[in-house]
Amino acid sequence: MPERERYELLEKPAYHFETERRDVLKLFAGGGLLVLIPHSAAAQESGRARGAWRGEPLPDAVEAWLHIGPDGRVTAFTGKVEVGQNSRTALTQAVAEELRVAPGQVEMVMGDTARTPFDMGTFGSRTTPTMAPRMRAAGVAARQALIELAAQHWGVNPATLEAADGCVRDPKSGRSAAYGELTHGKAITRTIGKEQVSRPRSESVPKVNARDIVTGAHRYPSDIMRPGMLYGKVLRPRAWDADLVSVDVSAAPKTGGATIVRDGKFVGAAAPSVSAAARALASVKADWNTPAGPSNSEVFDYFKRNPAGPAEDAVRSGDVASAWQQAAHTVEGHYTVAYIAHVPLEPRAAVAEWTPNGLTVWTGTQRPFGVREELAGAFGLDVKKVHVLMPDCGSGYGGKHTGECAIEAARLAKATNRPVKVVWTREEEFRFAYLRPAGLIEVRGATSSDGKLLAWEFHNYNSGPSGLATPYEIPHQLIAFHPTRSPLRQGSYRGLAATANHFVRESHIDDIAAASGVDPLEFRLRNLKEPRVRAVLEQATERFGWGREKSGPGRGFGLACGMEKGSFVANCVEIAIDPGSGKVRVRRVSTAFECGAIVNPDHLKNQVEGAVMMGIGGALFEAIEFEGSRITNPALSRYRVPRFADLPELSTVLVNRRDLDSAGAGETPIVTIAPAIRNAILAATGKGLRALPLAPAGLSGANRPA
Amino acid sequence: MKLRVNGKDVSAQDPDRSVLEFLRDDLGLTGTKYGCGEGQCGACTVLVDRSPVRSCITPLGAVADREITTIEGLESDGQLHPVQQAFLDAGAMQCGYCTAGMILSCVSLLDRHPHPGEEEARRALNGNVCRCGAYPRILQALRSVSTGGRHA
Repeated sequence: MPERERYELLEKPAYHFETERRDVLKLFAGGGLLVLIPHSAAAQESGRARGAWRGEPLPDAVEAWLHIGPDGRVTAFTGKVEVGQNSRTALTQAVAEELRVAPGQVEMVMGDTARTPFDMGTFGSRTTPTMAPRMRAAGVAARQALIELAAQHWGVNPATLEAADGCVRDPKSGRSAAYGELTHGKAITRTIGKEQVSRPRSESVPKVNARDIVTGAHRYPSDIMRPGMLYGKVLRPRAWDADLVSVDVSAAPKTGGATIVRDGKFVGAAAPSVSAAARALASVKADWNTPAGPSNSEVFDYFKRNPAGPAEDAVRSGDVASAWQQAAHTVEGHYTVAYIAHVPLEPRAAVAEWTPNGLTVWTGTQRPFGVREELAGAFGLDVKKVHVLMPDCGSGYGGKHTGECAIEAARLAKATNRPVKVVWTREEEFRFAYLRPAGLIEVRGATSSDGKLLAWEFHNYNSGPSGLATPYEIPHQLIAFHPTRSPLRQGSYRGLAATANHFVRESHIDDIAAASGVDPLEFRLRNLKEPRVRAVLEQATERFGWGREKSGPGRGFGLACGMEKGSFVANCVEIAIDPGSGKVRVRRVSTAFECGAIVNPDHLKNQVEGAVMMGIGGALFEAIEFEGSRITNPALSRYRVPRFADLPELSTVLVNRRDLDSAGAGETPIVTIAPAIRNAILAATGKGLRALPLAPAGLSGANRPA
Repeated sequence: MKLRVNGKDVSAQDPDRSVLEFLRDDLGLTGTKYGCGEGQCGACTVLVDRSPVRSCITPLGAVADREITTIEGLESDGQLHPVQQAFLDAGAMQCGYCTAGMILSCVSLLDRHPHPGEEEARRALNGNVCRCGAYPRILQALRSVSTGGRHA
C-alpha cells in the first residue's frame, strides 16, 4: 500500500478566498469583472485530500494508454509527470520495449487531465513500480492485438508470427506489415488483462526531449504564452499565515493598464507586463496581522509542547524498559532537523485561460489531477470543466503538489477575461511554498556484551513517519511518530522523513558502535540480516576502499546505509575540515544503490548522484531561518544550495537485480548521505553532531584540526 | 533604444526593465530562465558582447547598442553549438531548467580559456546552480569540448 504523503497530514492552505467577504469585492482601475468564489477554505482542503486518494479505477482499455497512428507512430498517455527524474524517457522505454518499436517512435503525453487517465500524482517513487508495469501491460496487449490482426489478414496461426521494429512478421513467408498498416489509425479495442510483461532491458536511452532543452525550445510552464495574455502578481504579506486586516488601493496608478483584483483576502494585479503588475501592487497599502510563533532556535521545544494528535506507534516489540536493565552499553541522543526548502529552479508558475467551456491551466505541478480538483473547488466548477496541463517543468523534489499558483492565475484571468500568467518570485517560493518539516528526534539504543543491538527506542516529533522502522535486528523496540503543530507551512520533500529518520538512526548506530568499541562497518554487519542492505553496504565500502586509511584530525571517513520505498542505499564519505574556517568539505563519496531491475542505467546514475549532491546541502548547510511564521532568509543569497564548489569526487555502484521488480529511484538515494557525512565528522573530531544542518558556519574551534 | 539580439536589431523602450523580462515576454525568447531574481543562480545567463551577464538584474539601459546572445542564438545553420552537442552527449541535465544558463556560461568560459583546468571550470561555473545536481555531467560536457578541440 502506498504510504500516505506528509502534506496530507500536515500542510495548511497557503491562503484562501473568503466567501463571507463577497460584499467587499471590488475591482479597481482598468475595469473588468467581479468574481465570486463559492467555496470555503475548509471544503477546499478536504476536497483536495479526498481527491488525492479517491483513486478512480485505472482504465483497462488499451486505447486509454496507447494509440497507434496510421504512420505507425505510437502515442502513450499517462497521468504521471516529468519533473527532471526522466520518467518521460523511462515510460517511453517501457512502451517501446513491449511494443517492439524504437523509443523515437513513441510520444508520451503526460499529466494532461483531458487526455491522460487519472493519476493521484507523481510522488512516493511510484512511477516505476506502478505506472511502468501498466504501460508495459498495455504494450503487450497492443502487441498481441496487432499480431492477431495480421494473423487474420494472412489467414495464419498468430502463434507463428512475431513483432519487431514496428512490424508484424511472418518468418515462414517473409511477409511483414507495419503497425500503422494494420490499424489504419483506428483504436485497438482490447482490454488489459494479466499480461506477462518483460523486465526492463536496462538500456541507457538518452533523455527523449534533451535536444529541445539544449536549444531552449522546450516550453516549461513559466514559458507558456497565450494570445492576449496578461501577467499577474499577488499581494503578499511577509509571513505565510498573516491575515489581511485592511487594504487601500486608492493610490493605484491610473495608467499602465493594470487591473487590481480583490476577493476576500486575495489581492492581485494583472497587467500587460510583469513590471507594470508589480508597480500596480506596490501602490497598494495593506496591513497584516501576523500570528506570533517560535523562531528556528525555539521550534524544537515548541514541537514537544504542541502535539497535533496522539502518538502513532510504528513498531512495538519486546520490552525496551526491562531490556535496558540488562544492557552492556547504552547511548541516548536528542537530534534536530531543520526546515529546508526544495528550491526548484523553476518556481511555481501557471497560465490560466477561461473559455466558454470552462478553465484551462498550464502549470508546474506533481499532481495535475489534484490541481484540477483544487481549481474546480475554488471556482465552483465541475472537474470536467477544468483542464490542467503540465508541461515538463523545472523540477519539483516533492515541492510542487499544490495548486495555489494556478488558482491565483485563474482568479486574475477570470477578473480580466484574458489569459493570465503568474510566476512566483524566488522570495514567494521560499515564503509561501511549503517546506520539508523540521523535527526533533529522541533516541536511545542499547547493546548486549556481544556487540549486538538489544533495545531501540525512537521518538520522532513532526518530521514524519517515513523510514522509521529500522533494518537492524533488534529484539526490543519502541518506535513512534508524534504529530505536532508547525509554525511554518510544511509538506512533502524528496524522501519525506526517511532522510531525518536515517540521519538519526545511522548517526546513533555509529555512536553505539563507538560506545561498544566496535568498528562501524563491523557493527552494522553484525546487526543486519537484510541481504539487500548488506549487499549495498559491502559494495559501497569495497568501491570506497573502506578501512584502507584511518581518520584523523582534519580528515574523516564515515558510512551509512538504509532502505526505503523498496530501494537500498549505502554511502561512504571522506570529509576534510578546513583548519582556518572549520568548514567541512565532502571530498569523496562512494554510493551503492539497488532498486531491483534497472530501467536506464545512465539516468539512474544521474538520479543517484544528483540526490547525493542535493543531500549534501541539507546535510551541511541548508536551513530555513524564521521568526514566528516569517522566514528571514527567503533568497538564494541567504539560503545556500550546493554548487560546483561543493561537488565531491563521486563514485557510484549500481546493483542491477534483474531477477527483481524495479522500484523507484528518485528519492531513496538522498536518505543516507547526511549521516555518512556526520559519521565522517565524528571520525575526524570525536564529536558526534546531532543537528541538521551539521556545520552551516563551519565546525567550532575545538573541532578544527590544529 | 536599440540593441542586437541573436544578430537581429531590436528596439526597446523602458530602460529600467530587466533584460530578462524583455527577452522572455516581449521577444518570446523563453529559453532564458528566471531562477532567483538576484543574480545568484545563473539560470538567466545571456552573453553580452560575449561576456556572461545575469539578465535578471541587468536593466535594458545597460545593454543599449550591444550584442546579446541567448540560447536560441547559439545554433548556426541548423548545427548545434559544440557545447550544446556536448551537453546532449553527456546527458548533462535532469529537469534542464538550468541548462541554457549553464551552456552559455560554458561557452563564455571556453571563449576566454579554451582549456580550463578543473578548478578554473568550477570557479567559473560556481554562480550557476543545478538544483538537480547534474554537476559532474556538466563538467564532463565542458571537458569533452575543451579537450575535443571542437570549439573554435
